[in-house]
Amino acid sequence: MHFEYQVEGGDFSNAGTTSSVVKKMMKQLGVDSAIVKRTVVALYEAEVNIVAHAYRGTIFVDLDDTCVKIKLEDEGPGIPDIEQAMQMGFSTASPEVREMGFGAGMGLPNMKSNSDKLSVTSVVGKGTTVEITNFF
Amino acid sequence: MKIQEVLSLISGTVVEGEAFSDREVDCAFASDLMSDVLTLRTDKAVMLITGLCNMQTIRTCEISDIKVVVFVRGKKATDEMKELAEDNDMVLISTDFSLYSTSGILFGANLPNVY
Ligand SMILES: Nc1ncnc2c1ncn2[C@@H]1O[C@H](COP(=O)(O)OP(=O)(O)O)[C@@H](O)[C@H]1O
Ligand SMILES: [Mg+2]
Repeated sequence: MHFEYQVEGGDFSNAGTTSSVVKKMMKQLGVDSAIVKRTVVALYEAEVNIVAHAYRGTIFVDLDDTCVKIKLEDEGPGIPDIEQAMQMGFSTASPEVREMGFGAGMGLPNMKSNSDKLSVTSVVGKGTTVEITNFF
Repeated sequence: MKIQEVLSLISGTVVEGEAFSDREVDCAFASDLMSDVLTLRTDKAVMLITGLCNMQTIRTCEISDIKVVVFVRGKKATDEMKELAEDNDMVLISTDFSLYSTSGILFGANLPNVY
């Protein structure tokens, strides 16, 4: 099964709507609730990152009998040093992002602990691609 | 602890989800940082105590399966927040106490912590 969703950068009031839809969909398909939770926590932090740090993005969700694969592709400033960005506490978030309850540099580390496989690639000045894979 | 007991301990009012006020919570977590809430690993019924009162608070609870939220310092949920809470069968509570006082009172009344 394949699904696609659009996310707008800066659209704080809608941040998380895709994660919510994906959560309902995975539940409906009868995926184990612990796996649903891990997946949507990782997805939500990644979705918030597009809203907080990029201009716009697309979320691709692929599900089969063995796993769920989620790719978040954004157009944005990119990440110059991914290793640094993955460090707990590293953040370039604006005050606006902090007012939303994010921007403490905990998103990427938590995405890592909630996915079986996490890949982050980025081209500075173009955008960032995050891939989350969780096996059933 | 029953929600009714929470309400009487912190002089709280239910601003959404009155129908679920006979529910019980197993433990509580206090934070204004939603990234922090998203690191919780528990299957227990968690109640969130927070001073962050916006849509992301409700979204974060939806994603984290948190069904009961206490907003401190008299913060008022917007209609949009209440709608999203209603869609997710959540109970929203408001209290005039601060984050510190609310947490202290409930901890003192033996509502367990998450960590
Ligand atoms: N999609 C993205 N586009 C550009 N930069 C990003 C993106 N995701 C993360 N980053 C960078 O990595 C940093 C750390 O991300 P994260 O751990 O989620 O913390 P936070 O979002 O709270 O700052 C961000 O502050 C930002 O500099
Ligand atoms: Mg983040």
